Amino acid sequence: MTTTTTTTAGGVKVVKPTVGSHLNDYWGRVRGGDLGTLPAVLGLVVLALIFGIARDTFFSSLNFANLFSQGAQYIFIAMGLVFVLLLGEIDLSAGFASGVCGAIMAILLTNHGWDWYTAIPAAMATGIVIGFVLGFLVAKFGIPSFVVTLAAFLAFQGILLKLLSGGKNISITDSFTLKLANSNLSVSLSWIFAIAAVVIYAGVQLNRVRTRLARGLVTDPIGIVAMRIGVLALIVLVTTALLTQERSINPVLNSVKGVPIVAPIIVVFLVIWTFVLGSTTYGRHVYAVGGNTEAARRAGIPVDRIRISVFVIGSFMASIGGILAVSRANSVDPNTGGSNILLYSVGAAVIGGTSLFGGKGKAINAVIGGAVITVIDNGMGLMGYTAGTKYIVTGLILLVAASVDALARRRAASTGNR
Amino acid sequence: MAATPLLELSGIDKSFGPVQVLHDVGLSVYPGEVTALVGDNGAGKSTLVKCVSGIYTIDSGTVTFDGNPVAVHSPRDASALGIEVVYQDLALCDNLDIVQNMFLGREKKRGIVLDEPTMEQMAGDTLASLSVRTVKSLRQLVASLSGGQRQTVAIAKAVLWNSRVVILDEPTAALGVAQTAQVLELVRRLADNGLGVVLISHNMNDVFAVSDRIAALYLGRMAAQVKTTDVTHSQVVELITAGRSGNIGLPPEKPSDFGGEIVDITPGGEQ
Repeated sequence: MTTTTTTTAGGVKVVKPTVGSHLNDYWGRVRGGDLGTLPAVLGLVVLALIFGIARDTFFSSLNFANLFSQGAQYIFIAMGLVFVLLLGEIDLSAGFASGVCGAIMAILLTNHGWDWYTAIPAAMATGIVIGFVLGFLVAKFGIPSFVVTLAAFLAFQGILLKLLSGGKNISITDSFTLKLANSNLSVSLSWIFAIAAVVIYAGVQLNRVRTRLARGLVTDPIGIVAMRIGVLALIVLVTTALLTQERSINPVLNSVKGVPIVAPIIVVFLVIWTFVLGSTTYGRHVYAVGGNTEAARRAGIPVDRIRISVFVIGSFMASIGGILAVSRANSVDPNTGGSNILLYSVGAAVIGGTSLFGGKGKAINAVIGGAVITVIDNGMGLMGYTAGTKYIVTGLILLVAASVDALARRRAASTGNR
Repeated sequence: MAATPLLELSGIDKSFGPVQVLHDVGLSVYPGEVTALVGDNGAGKSTLVKCVSGIYTIDSGTVTFDGNPVAVHSPRDASALGIEVVYQDLALCDNLDIVQNMFLGREKKRGIVLDEPTMEQMAGDTLASLSVRTVKSLRQLVASLSGGQRQTVAIAKAVLWNSRVVILDEPTAALGVAQTAQVLELVRRLADNGLGVVLISHNMNDVFAVSDRIAALYLGRMAAQVKTTDVTHSQVVELITAGRSGNIGLPPEKPSDFGGEIVDITPGGEQ
């Protein structure tokens, strides 16, 4: 292959990036074991096709809208877990932490008459406190996170039972809280949101190219930038178009259309965490500690504080997952955040491309992986499989994702691309 | 070259509990010169470097930097003076790219956002000043670099901050022939740029290839500091293994060196 070179900062010669070389590089990284979100995206497409062919209802806009509220809890917990996994740690208590936070919100709303704007922050604060305690035990006492969070997993299950006085179901009636997971944006607001998202994304991408060109630095080829913007625009606009269709079974009685409110909430957190990981010192340090703790320590990075902080973020995101789960179910019970939720969330992060070995992962992994998990759960439900079959299939898929991660890592080590 | 040393250590003692690792060690590092620090395993090379870089505090002795006595209590103090150490394991994060590694822990920011263009610019300038022209991209992950390139990144990271003394711990230990030559050339260039370079090495060929002065440690004592041109290969080996060679090196050992206490270590002597 012929490559042309160009000069960048200070006159260092580097390969001039073209659309071809960029794609070539990407393929090289994939072959070298750096798979990123590729398996998850392919899996999502294949699964959607299979379920779509098997059941017409899968692609109906009603079912499509359902996927968002169904997957929200996994996605939120998984986004928090990405941070924990980036340090090579694990949080097994995230599921029940989300249950406890959801229960606290429900109890404050229903039994104590708090308003949503005090009850929801209280639930979030609970998440932060939980994360701090977990992180403190791991970072300062040096207890393996597996043990700390396994203990917390059991303890939170007990706390949840105690909070619900032995397993009673608490319903919520607060209209704002119920809307979070069950209502939609109006059609016009949906479009405004979608177009704003595309415009802002394009602006950010183009601005980066502009500033780098102005400084005489190498930029991604403009074709690749245009392709990124185009793909995002296509996905966002098609999704919005689908979701703004009338999807009520009886439109005369009750019209249902518009983007579910959870979608923008997911997008907002995705943007925040992508920004934090990619563009702040804190994010850089998280990657550094996950990649080489000793190097990070010698560079003066407060390793313990970073370690505590990822657990705080993990449990905080779990609390938001819990709030949405309670909102979706209109109530909280001793199994909120229990059963398969934690494993689905870990699965979402890993399937999306976050490494269990630390140092590799992005917020988007949680969203794509969460979509895969939700599609499996939803699609198999539509096909009439029992919970038993669903668990087995999801378990197998998690195993496949973890194997891909481990094998990719081995391949990366052998190609010097770890 | 300059007559006054940039960094001068004298009378450095360091003990760990009852074990005295460094005895009255002196070392002078001159700007624009490569000082090779040689010695057998356990001679105290690493301890000496860790004392200079602030990881260990010295028990007694003085450190003079640029003519002024200084106290180095932490790695941060050493960095503030302009003393950087490139450790043998390089301390690079494989999952970060070249620029990210070079600025690790000292990132440039604009507001709360990382200032990537400025960092990339500075990294490029630094690499260029070291005549590095062999990377595919400044945004290449360190994982995909060869051993020599990693060493280069680690050295570039050390000189990025206008450092004045760079200490390299066994930079060529894990490298092949061609890469060793590249790294040695880079070490030479650092000195030619006016920095004081300390090269710790076991490899006599490397030492003779690039160093201007040789400092040989023997059992925690500075056996000799000599100009490379004044000694032969075998004399340096003798300094490392016996502490003296002809009329240079430590005086012959006397029983008083052991605090007057003579320990019988003859095998089987106890029974």
